[in-house]
Amino acid sequence: MIGLPFVYDIAGLVFAAWSLLTLRDRNQPRRITSAAFWGLLALSFLAGDRLGDIGNGVLVLGLVGLGGFALVARANPATTSDTERAASAARHGNRLLLPALIVPAVALIGTLAAPSLDFIEAKQVTLVCLAAGAVIAVVVTSLWLRPPPLAPLQEGRRLVSQIGWAIILPQMLASLGAVFALAGVGQIVGGVVGGLIPDGARFIAVLVFTLGMAGFTMVMGNAFAAFPVMMAAVGLPVLVGSLGGNPAVVAAIGMLAGFCGTLMTPMAANFNIVPAALLELDDRSGVIKAQVATALPLLAINTLLIWGLAFR
Amino acid sequence: MWPLLGLAVLVIGFALRFNPLPVIVAAALASGIGAGLSPLAVVAALGKAFNSARYVSVPWVILPVIGLLERAGLRERARTIVAEMAGATTGRLLIVYLLFRQLTSAVGLTAIAGHAQTVRPLLAPMAEAAAERADPAITDAGRQKVRAMAAATDNIGMFFGEDIFLAVASILLIKGFLESQGIIVAPLQLSVWAIPTAICAFLIHGARLLAMDRRR
Repeated sequence: MIGLPFVYDIAGLVFAAWSLLTLRDRNQPRRITSAAFWGLLALSFLAGDRLGDIGNGVLVLGLVGLGGFALVARANPATTSDTERAASAARHGNRLLLPALIVPAVALIGTLAAPSLDFIEAKQVTLVCLAAGAVIAVVVTSLWLRPPPLAPLQEGRRLVSQIGWAIILPQMLASLGAVFALAGVGQIVGGVVGGLIPDGARFIAVLVFTLGMAGFTMVMGNAFAAFPVMMAAVGLPVLVGSLGGNPAVVAAIGMLAGFCGTLMTPMAANFNIVPAALLELDDRSGVIKAQVATALPLLAINTLLIWGLAFR
Repeated sequence: MWPLLGLAVLVIGFALRFNPLPVIVAAALASGIGAGLSPLAVVAALGKAFNSARYVSVPWVILPVIGLLERAGLRERARTIVAEMAGATTGRLLIVYLLFRQLTSAVGLTAIAGHAQTVRPLLAPMAEAAAERADPAITDAGRQKVRAMAAATDNIGMFFGEDIFLAVASILLIKGFLESQGIIVAPLQLSVWAIPTAICAFLIHGARLLAMDRRR
């Protein structure tokens, strides 16, 4: 069975190569600490299951110590010049787009063929196809374009170093969510929010629910974390229980109200902060600012939709 | 109430624009200790969760092929394509992408696009090239706004498309949660209620994208 261990091994090897290339690169600012950061990530992928909880915790503290205090720097490996790129683009034309389609194509085929591919773990088809597609695409592109042998890893290192410390932010926020759950933060917030609703006030109850979903999603960075809390505090006891709302409508549109929160928070790092780094925006909040004017009207609409559809 | 200390640390840390990584560790310690855990137990809980969330960082294995293609001029090519399309404006390009992202997500194909796969190598350079044609004097700040909008369009398209698909994680989470409370719903009953919001998301964001073209 091909599953997560296969995927993690590939990712671990890629990060390990980035670490070694960083260590070898005489022009790399903060060379040792940058290499250590990528090396710790490689260790996490290759051996995370053997480190134990405290071992992994120490690894996290190491990553935070390196990434949190500007010890991880951008790499600038040798690459093609702008004129070379323009010439190559003119020579290869639209065929350059084809290798970029290999990964989506493998993902598409894998998703469609998943039921009959019994050597792939069914739950992990997406990740397995993504990793396999990435490897196939590198091999095909290298055979076609004949770049220097280390070019795929060096170009990947340039891109990953532009993301830098932000690369572990999504995983860190997921971990914080786990600690919050352990500390019972959700129940306390749910209790406070649930106490805000006057008896029988349908619209206010819906509003507290959707604002609570969006707001708590903004704090947690993830609508999945907010959903059970707000449903247990307001959705089920008030909207469904005492006001007689349709649970499918309340739950489905409530989740989407949470998604509006996801668009407005730095805590949803993989959607909002990492892309800002990847697109070389000076403003870390640039993507969020572009989203707020869509998210707020949509939150209002979700509130009205629950109010109008759940109580028919 | 003491576990809420972590939320306060988080909000203050973000407001003061500290690097988020140490802020997250401090927030975890504050909430954990506030709930009566030992600092070592908090570190272990962080480590355990970090290890089981590794799948989040797997998609970065796509960077070598994206870098390889950028090295061969993929972004330049993406710009040329837009230059040759007479009717292409930033807003129209992004609307087409928004629709594509919503429709493919609605049939479960969320993994075929994304910030590393499509936005950086293709969508952002195309949108920038269209913006340059409309306004040759565009500033760097203006270009950055266009790139930010490209990323925003990818997020919005995926978020408000994926819940129409029956087997997406959020629909399964909702179904599982309701079941645990004794309410049985079929996934289809949930996913149909994602359609009105999906249409509104397309109308609102689409209108904003077209407004980008008019502003110049």
